[in-house]
This record gives sequence, structure tokens and C-alpha cells, in this order.
Amino acid sequence: METLNYRFEQGTRRLTAPPEVVGVVGSGNLEVLIEPAQLDGACTIEITTAAVGFGPIWEAVMRDFHQRWLLADTRISINDMGATPAVVSLRMDQAVQTMLGDA
Amino acid sequence: MKRHVSYQEASARERLQQLFDPRSFEEFLPPSARVISPHLAQLNAPVAFDDGVAVGRAQLGGVTVYAAAQEGGFMGGAVGEVHGAKLVGLLRRAVADKVAAVVLLVESGGVRLHEANAGLIAVSEVMRALLDARAAGVPVIVLVGGSNGAFGGMGIVTRCANVVVMSEEGRLAMSGPEVIETANGVEEFDSRDRALVWRSTGGKHRYLMGDCQRIVADDMQAFRNAAQEAVAAYAGQPAELTLEALEAEQQMLDDRLTRFGTLPDPIDIWTAMQMPDAANIPMLDVDSFIAAAASHRQGA
Amino acid sequence: MSWNTLQQNREARLQRARTALGNELDGKSLPAARIADLLHAAIECGDRVCLEGNNQKQADFLGHALANLNPELVNDLHMLQSVLALPEHLDVFERGVASRLDFSFSGPQAARVARLASAGKLNIGAIHTYLELFSRYFIDLPPRVCLIAAESADRHGNLYTGPNTEDSPAIVEATAFKQGIVIVQVNQIVDKVPRVDIPGDWVDFVVQSPRPYYIEPLFTRDPAQISEIQVLMAMMAIKGIYAEYGVQRLNHGIGFDTAAIELLLPTYAESLGLKGKIGKHWALNPHPALIPAIEAGFVQSVHSFGSELGMEDYIHARPDVFAIGPDGTMRSNRAMCQAAGHYACDMFIGSTLQIDLQGNSSTATAGRIAGFGGASNMGADARGRRHASPAWLKAGEQARAGRNTIPRGQKLVVQIVETFREHMQPAFVERLDAWELMEQAKMAIPPVMIYGDDVTHILTEEGIANLLMCRTDEEREQAIRGVAGYTPVGLARDAKMVENLRDRGIIQRAEDLGIDKRLATRDLLAARNMKDLVRASGGLYQPPKRFRNW
Repeated sequence: METLNYRFEQGTRRLTAPPEVVGVVGSGNLEVLIEPAQLDGACTIEITTAAVGFGPIWEAVMRDFHQRWLLADTRISINDMGATPAVVSLRMDQAVQTMLGDA
Repeated sequence: MKRHVSYQEASARERLQQLFDPRSFEEFLPPSARVISPHLAQLNAPVAFDDGVAVGRAQLGGVTVYAAAQEGGFMGGAVGEVHGAKLVGLLRRAVADKVAAVVLLVESGGVRLHEANAGLIAVSEVMRALLDARAAGVPVIVLVGGSNGAFGGMGIVTRCANVVVMSEEGRLAMSGPEVIETANGVEEFDSRDRALVWRSTGGKHRYLMGDCQRIVADDMQAFRNAAQEAVAAYAGQPAELTLEALEAEQQMLDDRLTRFGTLPDPIDIWTAMQMPDAANIPMLDVDSFIAAAASHRQGA
Repeated sequence: MSWNTLQQNREARLQRARTALGNELDGKSLPAARIADLLHAAIECGDRVCLEGNNQKQADFLGHALANLNPELVNDLHMLQSVLALPEHLDVFERGVASRLDFSFSGPQAARVARLASAGKLNIGAIHTYLELFSRYFIDLPPRVCLIAAESADRHGNLYTGPNTEDSPAIVEATAFKQGIVIVQVNQIVDKVPRVDIPGDWVDFVVQSPRPYYIEPLFTRDPAQISEIQVLMAMMAIKGIYAEYGVQRLNHGIGFDTAAIELLLPTYAESLGLKGKIGKHWALNPHPALIPAIEAGFVQSVHSFGSELGMEDYIHARPDVFAIGPDGTMRSNRAMCQAAGHYACDMFIGSTLQIDLQGNSSTATAGRIAGFGGASNMGADARGRRHASPAWLKAGEQARAGRNTIPRGQKLVVQIVETFREHMQPAFVERLDAWELMEQAKMAIPPVMIYGDDVTHILTEEGIANLLMCRTDEEREQAIRGVAGYTPVGLARDAKMVENLRDRGIIQRAEDLGIDKRLATRDLLAARNMKDLVRASGGLYQPPKRFRNW
């Protein structure tokens, strides 16, 4: 297992809904837990993944995610079991959309 | 396009959202509490924030019930220490809060072997907690309709419930098909013969044998209705496991062995039960099947 | 000078066979137990032998017998075969009965083919696409003996090949009209065949095999295995390509990506008002996944390369759609259907394992010599084509706009693939594994399934790259990088150029196509499991055992 941590600033969108979880920790899949949090405006993402050694790809995916949503004071925690970037982005977008009430 | 919603396809959380009254599910120990398995983390294996089961309170047709749904996608729904403790806690709290019923959406291979003794103990505690709840007057309804079925210790837990509702796609057994084949040989049980596996452990056979009391289509609304009816049937009724009921069960099992013990295939059993056109039973839709089973099924 | 050597040689073989079989040869038929004697008599060392390893049906009884011949009596055979599917197809080389091979596809046996080739026991002439191989049977590779499979034969040797006719007509014609020997295994010998698919005049020997010939249900895909990502890509294909070009005549390559498209026709395509506007005529095997689209009225006709196990009753009940004979049963024809897919279809869409920066696409990987089957033929522009259709003209215009060339159309050749495969293997690479395989197997050129200059669109979960509209190699490369997502190839993109390509519509993301990704769920599939397919067929479709749990 590998744990990766990212922190993004300059976000503008705060989420007010209670925490949500999306996805399942099964092969090729992941669960995304998204919570409002007091983080001085930052968005933090912690990933625990069974697929070791893909740091640069995770970073690129997370950057693009932040670019899309610009979340602030949001904590995202991920348990991943080898999902491809396509599935990761899909689940993360689903998690945000659930929080925004339009999933 | 109005289509039926598949219970089997839905995740545990989707089942809780769609089966119970809209937005009525309130979770105890939600994922944000991060009550995860200490054992899996030690084994460097992936964990789930809810350890594979969501438990809480919900409304079913306006009636307050306590509910749990196992996530088959996470480790096959297998029960570890934390997972089991959540179920036990739910059952105990149900007694304390005197709810109308506990509804368990079971999808599990049984004990989570990774957690060894902790897993075994967890499942046996669930069995005890379930029987305690019944003894305290809280009926337990179990729904079995996920693709992983209810096996192992959770198969036993299921049979300890007041009412078991299955779909044809659901399976209920103790030993898994591969285990039986490994122990007794492929002639005894070919685990890759999927039709045989479902014939032997699927909802239709269980319904005919009396191991489940209701069979429904693989449909969220159908499961909801059956759960609601089961809860309503127990309103104001005793729920405990009596000596009488246990002896009746033993008798039914005795009869089953006597009548069917030597027959090699469920189709032979259905023929012996005088079900018309036994070989065609797997092909029947649920309503036709229920009608055909009406005067033949065990434990009616 | 004798101009009659082939016929004389043929007579000699027939005479040896008659002598060997004695009075156990009844007209053309012989008992199964004597097959080795027939083959030893009728085959000579160094012969070109065509064995039906087709894509689906296998002349397994004959193939097994061939592999077990005495290599001291029969050796150095040159095998001509569409597909190497069964172990005995390689045993024949292992045991020294055969030494040379020309073929099209060897998926299940690809690793063993590579091993035998490098051990010097198997000398590969070339990999071909099916139609190409059949063509050579009429020019420089006429079979001296062919071993085929048929449903039934009558006493005259008239053959009924039925729904699984597949390659047989091309093989038998090429053999019979070069004085070759035609040997057939049949499931039964009957007084009257339901329909004469191959005339007895072309057939020399018939043997009833102990078991019916094996058929592989290759084209059945369980909808339960289709993922949300595949649903999203299918939506993009339908809206961004099928609707955009008005694709009425097409072929789908094998796989879950195309199965997802088939299952989205009655739902997503219907909701876009596309019934009658796309997907009318198909060069396609009878895919169970197409059942809902047929029932919904999208599909007018399907011509098939072969049949598909379990679909017999459904096909029989839909004679307007399938290629049904006067006797009421289907006939397939791989040679004709491949020709149809090449010339009479406006689009091919299929998946692949790797794509390079020029758009060359290959499933070749090191250590496995697999070939490509029909994909190379379907996925190629038909430059001999002259009749126009809206899709063909539009593709041709896009390719030639602004260039000083005479106008013509072009076939849409679409490669649909997720950017990452299992185990995070990227589908986009700087250099295809095919180069490595070329060196390993000492091939003249790297084995490419579809050449970049034939590929018109690349579709991934990241969007569609329209290569028709690219005007330079650099644009093409960046268009590919632009849909290659987070693979190393994708991450190395020139971001500015990719943005520009998007502005020009050369790259289209799902949002640009007006697709709401939240709709990309399995709920959009017209059937989500095998039972749904059976229900959609009104109970007529009977999935093979391995696909059923009832």
C-alpha cells in the first residue's frame, strides 16, 4: 500500500452538505470520502492505494480535479484498489456532485 | 423509460437509499468516523471507511426500523471484527430502542478469514445478538439478493432470522461451491456449473425447501414490499425462537433428509416433490414460480 | 510434356485411399476409426494442407487425426489455416508432421506459436487478414488437401454447412478446382440435406465424427461486465461519430466496448432520435448484445461471418434480418462478409491494445504471435470503392478539405480504447511492442493491425480525436496525445496545441459533444445481464452454459 497526500490552495467553492462516500473498495475501484473541513481554505486529498508507484499520475489527476472544481475547506480521503485514472476522476466528480445535490 | 431497478446491481448504500423511505436512512458510525479494520491495515491490505457494512436507522413505510447493508464489493462482504461489531451494536441498540424490526441486507461470504479468530468471534456474536433481539421481541428480517449471496457464518445468521426474503439470483448456503468441490470432488459438485450452483443454493430451491419464506423478482420495489409486509406481519407478535419452533425445524430437516437425502440434483428433489415440469423451474418468472410452488413447497 | 500432372497425382492419391480403406469405403464415406489410414494415403510429404480452424467452428476430429499421424510417413506439411485455436493445431508442428504455416489469427495459442517458431519447429510464411489468405488460396497457395467441417452430408457428398458455413466455401472451391482432395467431417450423414451449401461434386471423402464439431461462442459478451467508462465511450461514439456522419452500414469489432454501443442503441441512441438514421445494415456475427437493438427496430439487416452458439432459434424467428436460406436456416460466409465489411460498410469500429503517435494500432505483444483476423481488412480504407454514401463523402471531404487533390470518399475507421488497460498498462505508446515482436520472430515488417493512415478517429474516455482533420504529422501526434489522458504519452502533450485542436473541433471532449457524464451509468444499457438478453429475445436466445446461472 502507498499513501499519497496533496494540498491545493486558491479554491473558491465551499461545500456545506454532510460528508458523503461514493464508490466501493473492490478490484479496479475506489471509495471517495468527501467532507467539509476547517483547512484555512485548502482542499486536501489523501490517497491510500494498493497500486504502488503511480505518484506522478495521481498528482496529475488531482491537479486536474482541483482545476475543475476549485474546492475550498474540503477534505477528500480515498481508499483505492487499482482504479484507472478514468475511474478515479469519475468517482471524484460523482462525490462532488453528490455533495452539490445534483448527482 | 420506466425500468425496474435491480437490487443485485445496486451497491449496499444504494440499496439503503432506494429500499427504505426516501432520505430516511441515518447512519450510525458513518464512514467519516473512520472506524476501520485494525487487522487489514496491519496486513497491508486495503480498508474501507465503513469496514464493508453501513448500519443505522431508517423508515420503511413510515415505520422505524434499524437496518444494515453489507457491501459485497468489499472483500466479498466478509465479516471482520469491526464489521461484526457494527452489526452486533445495531442489534443490541434495536432492543434498547424497542424498534419494530431489524432489516439486514445480507451479502457476504461469511467470516473474513484475514482476521482469523477475530472474524470468527465476530460472526458468532452476530448470531447471539440476533437471537437475543428476537428474544426481546424485535423481529429480524433478512434480504438476500446480492451477487455474492449469503454464505458461511452469514448463511447461518440468515437462517436465524424470523423471515428470509430472497430473489432467484440470491444464494443461501454454508459452504461455498468451490469448497464443496475441493472437499468432495467434481462429480459430487461441479462448482463451475453455474446452473447447478444456482439450482442448489439459489432463491427458488431455498423457497421450495422452506429455507426462505418469500421469493421476489430482482427488483428494489419488490424487496421493499416484501420487507414491509414482513415487518407488518410481526407487529405485536412474538419474535423469539421458541423450543417448539426449533423442534419443528429439526423435524423438517429430518423429513428433508429422509425424503430427498439420496437424490443427486435439485431437479430430482423437485420431481419427488411432484412439482410439475421440474426441469423447467429455472426458466419460470417469479410469479409463475410462486404459483407452481404453492401447494408443494416445504415449510409453508 | 504433361499438362495434366495435378489430375494424375490426384488419381494416385484417390487410388491409394481406396486401396487402404477397402470395402470400408462406402461411396464417399468412411468410418471414423479409419481416418488415419485415409490421411496417410491421401496426404503426401510437403503438401499444402488447409485445415478448418475457423474463428468459430473447428474441424476438431480431423485436426486431431492430422496431429497424430506418423511423422515418418507424413511430414513437412505446409499448413494453411484461418485460426489456430486448439492445442492439436500446434501439436501437428511439435510432432514434426507439419513445418510451415500461413494463417490469420492464433489468439488462444499465440504464446505457443511464438515458442515453436523460435524453436525452429514452425516456420511462419506470413500473417494475413482472412480475405487475404483466402485470396492466396486461388493464386499461389492452393491447398492440395483440405480438411473441413460440415453439419451434414448426403450419400453424394452434398454438404449442408448451415449457420456455421464460415470459411468452407472459399476453401473447398480453391481446393477442388486445383485437383485437390476435399475431406469433410460431418455431424451426421443423412438421406437429404436441408440445403446444398457445397455440391457433392467438389467433395471426395466424408466421415461422421464421433462428436459434433466444436464451436466457440466467441462473440457473446455478458452485459454484466460492461463498465461505466465503457458506457461513456459508447455514448461518445454514438453522438460524436454515428450520428455525426449518419452511419447506416457498419461492422463492429469484437469486444465489450462495441457490445456497450450495441446495448445503447435502443436507449441512448433512441433518446437522440437516431432510430432509422444509424445502424441499419450490419456485417456482423449474430451478437446476442444486438438483440435489443433488433427488437427496437434499429437493425434492418445482418450478414454474418459465422453463427453464434445459442442464437439459432432467435435467428430462425427473425428471417427478415438475418441471411436465411429457402430452407429457413441461416448461412454465413466469411469471405463474402469480409468483402462486404470492406466495400459495403461505411464504418469499422473496434478496440486494440496499443496505439502509437502516428495512429498505428496493434495487438501484437512480445512473446505472442497472434495475428489480427479480420480487423486489418475491415479497418482499412476501401480504395477501390466507387459508390458514394453520405458518411463516406463526409469523411472524404474532411480528409481532403484545403488540399489540392481530386475528391473521393473515405471509410470511417475508429479505434475505441481506454487510455489504461488492466494493471495500469498504457494503451498509448511511443513505440509499439510490434517492433520488438518483429525482431523476436524475424518478421520483415512490424505486425500492425490497422495502419495510422487508415485510422480516422481515436475514441477514449477522454474524448474523440478526429485524424481526418489533421493536416500535419505534428497535429496528428498532438491530437493523439490529447486523448491519451494520463498515460506518459498523454502527459507529454503540448498543452497549447491540444487546446487549439480542441477549439478547431479536432479533439472533442464529452462536454463538447453535449454529453452529461452523469448519465453514463449501467442503467443506460438496454440489457444488463444475460437474463435481460434472453427476455429481450422473448425467450428465444439460449445462452451457452458458461454464460448462464440457470
